[in-house]
Amino acid sequence: MRYWRVPLDAGQVETPGGEVHILVDRCKGCAFCVEYCPRQVLEMSRTFNRKGYHPPEIVASGACVNCGLCEMICPEFAIFCIEAVSSAGNPNGVSTSVGAEAGEARR
Amino acid sequence: MKADPAGVLTGSHYLDGDFACGEGAMAAGCRFVAGYPITPSTEVVERIARRFPTIGGTFIQMEDELASMAAVVGGAWTGSKTMTVTSGPGFSLMMENIGLAAMMETPCVVVNVQRGGPSTGLPTMVGQGDVMQARWGSHGDYEVIALSPQSPQEAFDLTIDAFNLAEIYRVPVMFLMDECVGHMTEKVVIPKAEAIDIEPRRLTRKKPEDFDPYQVSDNELPEFARAGDGYRFHTTGLTHDEHGYPVMSAKCQEVNVGRLVGKIRDNAESIVRFEEDGVEDADVVVVSYGITARVAKLAVEEARAQGLKVGFLRLVVIWPFPERRIRQIAGSVGAFVVPEINYGQIALEVERAAAGQAVTWPVHHAGGAVHSPDAITEIIVKAAV
Amino acid sequence: MTVATNPTGSQEREHPSAPLLRMERIPHVWCPSCGIGTVVKCYATALERSGVDLDKVSVVSGIGCSGRVAGYLKLDGFHTTHGRAIPFATGLKLGRPELLVTVISGDGDLVGIGGNHFIHAARRNIDLLVILINNFIYGMTGGQNAPTTPPGARSSTMPLGNFETPFSLPHLAASSGASYVARWTCLHIRRLTWSIEEAIGKRGFRFIEVIAPCPTLYARLNKLGSGLDAMRFYHDTAEIRNGADTREVDVEFQSPIICGKFVDEERPTFLDLMHDHYSKQLGDRYVPMPPEGGMLHER
Repeated sequence: MRYWRVPLDAGQVETPGGEVHILVDRCKGCAFCVEYCPRQVLEMSRTFNRKGYHPPEIVASGACVNCGLCEMICPEFAIFCIEAVSSAGNPNGVSTSVGAEAGEARR
Repeated sequence: MKADPAGVLTGSHYLDGDFACGEGAMAAGCRFVAGYPITPSTEVVERIARRFPTIGGTFIQMEDELASMAAVVGGAWTGSKTMTVTSGPGFSLMMENIGLAAMMETPCVVVNVQRGGPSTGLPTMVGQGDVMQARWGSHGDYEVIALSPQSPQEAFDLTIDAFNLAEIYRVPVMFLMDECVGHMTEKVVIPKAEAIDIEPRRLTRKKPEDFDPYQVSDNELPEFARAGDGYRFHTTGLTHDEHGYPVMSAKCQEVNVGRLVGKIRDNAESIVRFEEDGVEDADVVVVSYGITARVAKLAVEEARAQGLKVGFLRLVVIWPFPERRIRQIAGSVGAFVVPEINYGQIALEVERAAAGQAVTWPVHHAGGAVHSPDAITEIIVKAAV
Repeated sequence: MTVATNPTGSQEREHPSAPLLRMERIPHVWCPSCGIGTVVKCYATALERSGVDLDKVSVVSGIGCSGRVAGYLKLDGFHTTHGRAIPFATGLKLGRPELLVTVISGDGDLVGIGGNHFIHAARRNIDLLVILINNFIYGMTGGQNAPTTPPGARSSTMPLGNFETPFSLPHLAASSGASYVARWTCLHIRRLTWSIEEAIGKRGFRFIEVIAPCPTLYARLNKLGSGLDAMRFYHDTAEIRNGADTREVDVEFQSPIICGKFVDEERPTFLDLMHDHYSKQLGDRYVPMPPEGGMLHER
C-alpha cells in the first residue's frame, strides 16, 4: 500500500504488529494471501509441502499489521495472524519514523 | 409414556378413515405435519389443519410432495413426531426423501391413501397398487414398516402404532390406507389419553463429547439427539460412519446399510402382525389386507357355507411380510387365495414364502372398485379342488 | 517479530476458526483456489461475532460442492438431498422455532432442482438464512450448465456455449419476497462477513449470493485461468452498488459483477403471520407450538 502523503498523526498512532502463522501442510497453493496482503508480507515459496503445493512464505516479517486479510481470504484455514508480542521499547517493534519513504514495507 | 390429552379427542365418534387417521396422529403426539393436497388423502391434513392450532401443532402446506417429505424429515430431527399424507402420485414424488429418512434413520410416518394407478389413474377411486412400492419405492437397500387398516377405527388405532414403530426402529413407517377405508364413515371410539401408550423419542443421555449419532452397541439402534440440544452432530444421506461423516468405502456401506436392512429383518418376528381365523385345519387360506379383507371375509363365509375348509388371514402389518407364518401354513394347506386391488403384489410374496409347498391363486382387480365377494369365492372353490 | 512457519506435523497454534470446524475432516475436499472455503471462513467468523447461541444453530446443505459445507462446520449439520435443503430447513425451523437455521448450498442445488422450494420459502418469508455459493456451474458432477451460467459460457452440457438465459438471483429472491438480499464475491471478505453477521441478526428469508471461483470446471472450461485469476477479475470489475434495483444486476459472461445489499426490509415471517392470524381467529383457544419445539415429553 502506498500513501500519497504521510498521515498527519502518523507519529502518534501506533501501527499494530502482527505475527503470521502458516499451517504449511494445509495449504493448496492458491496464492490469494500473497496477492491481497496489503503489506506484501508473503511470497509463494519454492518449497513443497506434503501434498506437493507451494505454500506461501514470509518475506517481510516486520511489515505485518495484523489486518487479518490473509486469514479471512484463505479457503483452506491454513494461515492466520495474531497480535505480535512486542519487544522492549517501541511497542510494536517497528519504526514509526516518517523519514522513511511512506508506504515502503518496513523491514 | 402416555398420550398428551391435548391431542386426544376422547369419545365415540362417527368419522371417516381419513379423519380417524388424523385423530390418530394427534393422539400419538404428532405435532408437525407438512403436506400437499391429493385426493383421496386431503381430508387427513384438512382435519389436522383445523385442530393443530388448538393443540400446539404446526401444519404447513408445502409447495409439492418433495418439499413435504423433506420438511417431515427435517422436522423429525427436532425431536417432534412428524407425518405427511399423500396418495399414489405424491408417493412417487416422496420416494427420494423417504430414502433420505431411511438413510438418516429418521422416525416419521407417511400416509398413503391408495387410489387407482398408475400415474394420475383414478383419483377418487380405490386401489391397492402401491404395496410393493411402499417397500421398494426408493432406490437402494433399506427396510420400512408398512401397516394396512381395514376400517376407520383401525385407521385411528394403527396410526398410533405406526408412530410407535417409527420410534422403536428409527424408520419411516408407511401407513397404507386405501380410498375406501379413507372415505368410509364408521364409529370410531377414541379412548382416554391415559389408555394410549406412546413410544417416546429415544434421546441419548450421553454428553455431547461422548456422543456419536450412529454409534450402536450390540444390535441396538443408535440413540437420537435433537437439533438444538448442543450435540453438534452431523448426518448425511451419503453412506456414513458412526460419526455421521461420509465414508466412501464398501466396508462402511456394509455396516451402514447392513444396519438399515438388518434392524427390520432381524426383528421381523416382533413387528409382523396379522389376524387368523380357521387356518389350522384349512385346505385353502385366503390372505388379504385393507378393504379387500372385509370383502374377502364374506367370500370365506360363502365358501365355508359350501362345505369348504377355508382359513382367513388378514395382514395388519404388510411389511415386513410374515413369511415365517406363511411358510408354516403352506406346509399344511393346498392353496392360498390372495385377492387384492392390483395385478398381484402381495400374491408374489405369498408365493415366495410358500416356497412351492402350496399353490398361490391371485385374484386381480385393476382398481376403481372393490372385488365382488363372488369373484373371490369362485377362486376359492377352484383352489380347493 | 517472530514468525512461525510450522514444519510438517508440529503445530503449536491452531487456526482461530478451529472451534467451529470439524478439524478431524480438514483439509477439506474443495479444489485449490476454490472459493467455498473462504465463504465458510466468513460464515464462521460472522457467527462468532454475532454472539448467538451456537448450540441453536443448524446448518443444512444440499448436494454439490457447496453442499459439503455442512460437513465441515461443528454445528448441528444436515447434508440432505439435492435441492431439498430449504424445505428440510423449513421442517427444522417449524419443528423447533428457537433454532437458527442456515442453508448453505450451491446455485444448481438451490435454484436449479431446488428452484420451486426457493421461491416458496421466500414468498412465505420463512425465517431462514440462505447463503448461495454461485460458481455459475454444476461443479461436483463435472461442470454442467446451470440456471446461473452466463450466456455464451461453455460447460460440459453446453460445449458450444450456453444459449439459455440465466436467472438473476438477487432479482429472483427479491421478487419472490425475500426480506434481505445481498450479493458479494469471495473477494469481498469483510463486506461478506459483515453482511452475514447483519443477516444473522435479522429475521425472515435472508438471501446472500456469493460469487465464487470454480477453477477446475467453470474457469477451466472457459479458459479463465485459476481461482486467483477469478479473484483478480472480481477485483478489477466488481462494482458495489448498495440499494441497486435488482432488475439491473444481471451477470453476463465476464461482465462487471454488481455487488451490494439490495433489499433489507423487516417483514413478518411465516411464523409471525401464523401466530397473529391464529391468535385473532381463535383467541384463547390458540395453543402455539412452544419455541422449544413440538417434541412430546414424558409427563
